[in-house]
Amino acid sequence: MKALAFGAALALSCAAYGQDVAKEIQRYRQMVAEGSPAELFELEGEELWKKPQGPKNVSLQRCDLGEGPGVLKAAYAHLPRYFKDADRVMDLESRLLHCMSTLQGRSREEATARVFGSADRPSEFELLSIYIAGQSRGVKIEPGLSQPKEKASYELGRALYFHRVGAWDFSCASCHGDEGKRIRMQELPVLYKPEAARPVIATWPAYRVSTSQLVTLQWRMNDCYRQMRTGPGNKR
Amino acid sequence: MRRLALLSAVLAFPAMADPTPADVQGIMQRDFHPRGQATMDRVVQDGLQRVCTETRDRPPADVAKALEADQLKTIVYPEGSLMGDWKRGEAIAQSGRGLTWNDKPGDPAGGSCYNCHELSPKELSHGTIGPSLRGFGKTRGTGPEVQRYVYGKIYNAKAYNACSQMPRLGASGTLTAAQIKDLVALLLDPASPVNE
Ligand code: HEC
Ligand code: HEC
Repeated sequence: MKALAFGAALALSCAAYGQDVAKEIQRYRQMVAEGSPAELFELEGEELWKKPQGPKNVSLQRCDLGEGPGVLKAAYAHLPRYFKDADRVMDLESRLLHCMSTLQGRSREEATARVFGSADRPSEFELLSIYIAGQSRGVKIEPGLSQPKEKASYELGRALYFHRVGAWDFSCASCHGDEGKRIRMQELPVLYKPEAARPVIATWPAYRVSTSQLVTLQWRMNDCYRQMRTGPGNKR
Repeated sequence: MRRLALLSAVLAFPAMADPTPADVQGIMQRDFHPRGQATMDRVVQDGLQRVCTETRDRPPADVAKALEADQLKTIVYPEGSLMGDWKRGEAIAQSGRGLTWNDKPGDPAGGSCYNCHELSPKELSHGTIGPSLRGFGKTRGTGPEVQRYVYGKIYNAKAYNACSQMPRLGASGTLTAAQIKDLVALLLDPASPVNE
């Protein structure tokens, strides 16, 4: 779906890009015919989930993503949420990192050495994310909002959205503030209203036909901060 | 006394739940890290960014006026003509490079103009965050007053609209005086495709 929408946006930029578009569409059709690479990545993610790793040589299979140890069904749709054992709100990536450290005995430095991957080699987080998100297909996105730290986290997210910062004075709302705006031909969804954001966020993590890259929401927002001319928001 | 203090702490809770721009800045300083030319000072707000954040980009009229007057003082006009070469201006308007963590310091930057504006009718891939600038010189004139306005607007968009979503491209050190002159020509020169 995401890939299709992207293809359509590309098609509109016609003339100068006509040839590229034709190539893109051809590549997309081929991909559909062969079975989406997203499915292959899901399988790779599943292998990683089950693979014993780290000093303790255990898998992540007992990791509690909020629905109970090892329960993956609907877990992604209910993140971020508050975790008592860590006494803080965690999204998928931070929870996975927590499990890598507590279950597998891995260091933060080692586990986060490669958060974002490349077209030919997605990162461990990207592969795990697409596998785990796949177990929430059809589940309504409902992050935690009842616990006080969850509420505080939500309020902080909203404040960050409208916070003007960086060398070019942008906030998220500079680009994602009004309906129907574009950067070049790329449509910019309004994201501060849950009804509008939910269907958009449900398409992530995403496989990008344009770059043949598997990308997570963390990657997307990090790249938006790059455009905002700040440093990266994912401290390692 | 003790009871009172407790009570006010409880009453203060809803206010504490609403993070201020200063709280957000503290969190960015804790969690963000520098990369390339994007050093940590990038997450420290200046006065204008702070006021725009506090007022959700709608400052009261008198505050907006004071901010705009302040920003107007940052504009440095070069000697002589403000009109450069529209052909070079077109290339600068196309380029979205500059000041990001993966741009090399010292490499020429662009204005990202097409990211947000329609300019030349030949470029169909343009954004819509800003108004269309097609035919700008034809409709607004090309005299010294208009040249000064366009130069100033590109140098510091906030001098004319305090919480504009357009970056301060001269004041931030993104574009040089020569580049801004080329962009003035792109908008105003009768030979520029913008005025076709
Ligand atoms: C300078 C412009 C700009 C700013 C500022 C910006 N973004 Fe983006 N954003 C984009 C562009 C361009 C895209 C890509 C749209 C596409 O691929 O069609 C995008 C895409 C996204 C997406 C994916 C939307 C989708 O269609 O799936 C999310 C989520 C997002 N941005 C969040 C944010 C957040 C959060 C912030 C602030 C921290 C932010 N953005 C700031 C330009 C921006
Ligand atoms: C991130 C978006 C963005 C970028 C990049 C941007 N602008 Fe703008 N621009 C706007 C917005 C929004 C407005 C309308 C609000 C205002 O006047 O500040 C505007 C207004 C203007 C105006 C005033 C129009 C009028 O009717 O008086 C001019 C001139 C202009 N831009 C030129 C440029 C040029 C030239 C560039 C590139 C060097 C550029 N802009 C880059 C968003 C942008």
